[in-house]
Amino acid sequence: MANAAAFSGAYVSNLGPSVEGFLLPAGDADGAFFWEGTAQGELRIQKCLSCGHLRHPPRPMCPRCRSVQRGFDVLSGRATVWSYVVPHPPLLAPYSDLAPYNVIVVSLDEDPNLRFVGNLVSGVEGALNEIDPESIRIGEPVKAVFKKFSRADGSEQTLPFWVRAS
Amino acid sequence: MSPAVGFRDATAIAGIAQTEFAKHLEPSEAELACQVIVAACADAGVDVSEVDALCSYTMEATEEVDIARNIGCGEITFFSQIGYGGGAGCGVVGHAAMAVATGQAEVAVAWRARKRGSGPRPWTNTSTQLHVPGQWTRPAGLLRPVDEIAMLTRRYMHDYGATREHLANVATAVRSHANMNPAALMYAKKMSREDYMAARWVSEPLCLFDNCLETDGALACVVVSAERARDLKHPPVYVHAFAQGLPPEHQTMVNFYNDDPLIGPAWACARRLWANADFGPEDVSVAQIYDAFTPLILLSLEGYGFCKRGEAGPFTDDGNLEWGKGSLPVNTSGGGLSEAYVHGFNLINEGVKQMRGTSTAQVESAETCLVTSGEGVPTSALLLRR
Ligand SMILES: [Zn+2]
Repeated sequence: MANAAAFSGAYVSNLGPSVEGFLLPAGDADGAFFWEGTAQGELRIQKCLSCGHLRHPPRPMCPRCRSVQRGFDVLSGRATVWSYVVPHPPLLAPYSDLAPYNVIVVSLDEDPNLRFVGNLVSGVEGALNEIDPESIRIGEPVKAVFKKFSRADGSEQTLPFWVRAS
Repeated sequence: MSPAVGFRDATAIAGIAQTEFAKHLEPSEAELACQVIVAACADAGVDVSEVDALCSYTMEATEEVDIARNIGCGEITFFSQIGYGGGAGCGVVGHAAMAVATGQAEVAVAWRARKRGSGPRPWTNTSTQLHVPGQWTRPAGLLRPVDEIAMLTRRYMHDYGATREHLANVATAVRSHANMNPAALMYAKKMSREDYMAARWVSEPLCLFDNCLETDGALACVVVSAERARDLKHPPVYVHAFAQGLPPEHQTMVNFYNDDPLIGPAWACARRLWANADFGPEDVSVAQIYDAFTPLILLSLEGYGFCKRGEAGPFTDDGNLEWGKGSLPVNTSGGGLSEAYVHGFNLINEGVKQMRGTSTAQVESAETCLVTSGEGVPTSALLLRR
């Protein structure tokens, strides 16, 4: 189901990292609907309201039909691992404290050319480094979970993470 | 007939210069830039006051106005900057050549001065890099260029069976060339396959020796018409063809969001380059391939048509990229991996040296040289010939 465009229109500035020091998105008007969705536990993907093409990352114009009429679909959050890396220092804190950890790219089930960068964790409270990287397999099924972070100013931001789907 | 036929061999690189390469140089980037441009003009045998075109990278710290009033230029009638970091280099020289070929200028200078050795690592700046596309990648801890390229590399290895042995082929071949070049930072440091395999991880599957150096240094070259070049000090090194490439739905460095992320800008750039040339990959004597990371050489070998898709790993076997041994000697000065990392400009000057016959790893009777800029970002390439 395509929701009508629900853009705040406001440019969301870089409000700073989480209280733990993790980088949080410095959103823009184009991506605002996505982060509004994660706060509600939804994985929203931008949809062209003229031709139906799904696209990510969000942007003003559909590259297929050049329409600027845009909304989003709420997707299942089911995906497969497309690739992964295991970063080692030098890194920024607090990532360096967790290294080596995993970063994965997933392909969404609804369209494998829609991909997201995230982390494979054991559960919504799981750390970036608790899955043995040796156990990660390209092609393994995963699904989205949503974790809320707080900033020092009290504002909140919810990010998608990925857990193994059986 | 290709419309580019009027450009083909119409200009030549007549002068080159480089500063010392080091982890730390005292002079500012502006001072290094001015010194190296003046030296390139001297190498060409043209007076600095004749320079009327200035071309560089958007990431260059010193703007044209500052260069011009320092080095004592007359009237500048063409200036341009190209974006996308390491993708820019060959494009900068290409724009200089186009300016001369189309009569916008007569003596064009292209340059890059960078204190990447002693300056900050760009990825440590968290205030500027969290917008598009960083908001989709950096919170997950995909922080550095090496992490972004490692992601593509893992998938490439999975799809085509490439291994760390192939990456080691690249790293050791390029290092062996640096060991022949006294100007290279790694001139005195040998690297064996065992050294490569024992190196610490930076971002698995990439280790320390899959990464370029961090260098202070500057380079420049001077482009004039082919006719003018024939009257100057050195034999002309002709700019045979030039191309830039930005493929559909590409995202710089984090090219994960289209149908085929492993087909990068090199493919688009190569199609235009070969279409505009009167020779093909099989006629290339020596190649200087952008090497901020070893896997970029594998991807570029495929993109520029030296082997089929997925076959770059085996293409590097049996020393095939090594001077005196292989069918395609690559990065004969030591490249970004082992000579200096100055956003790929040292690859351009090394291409000129090969065509002059003055490389420290000179390929015998080399007639043609491919030089490429960064794969994984909007890119560019040059075909040089003597
Ligand atoms: Zn559309």
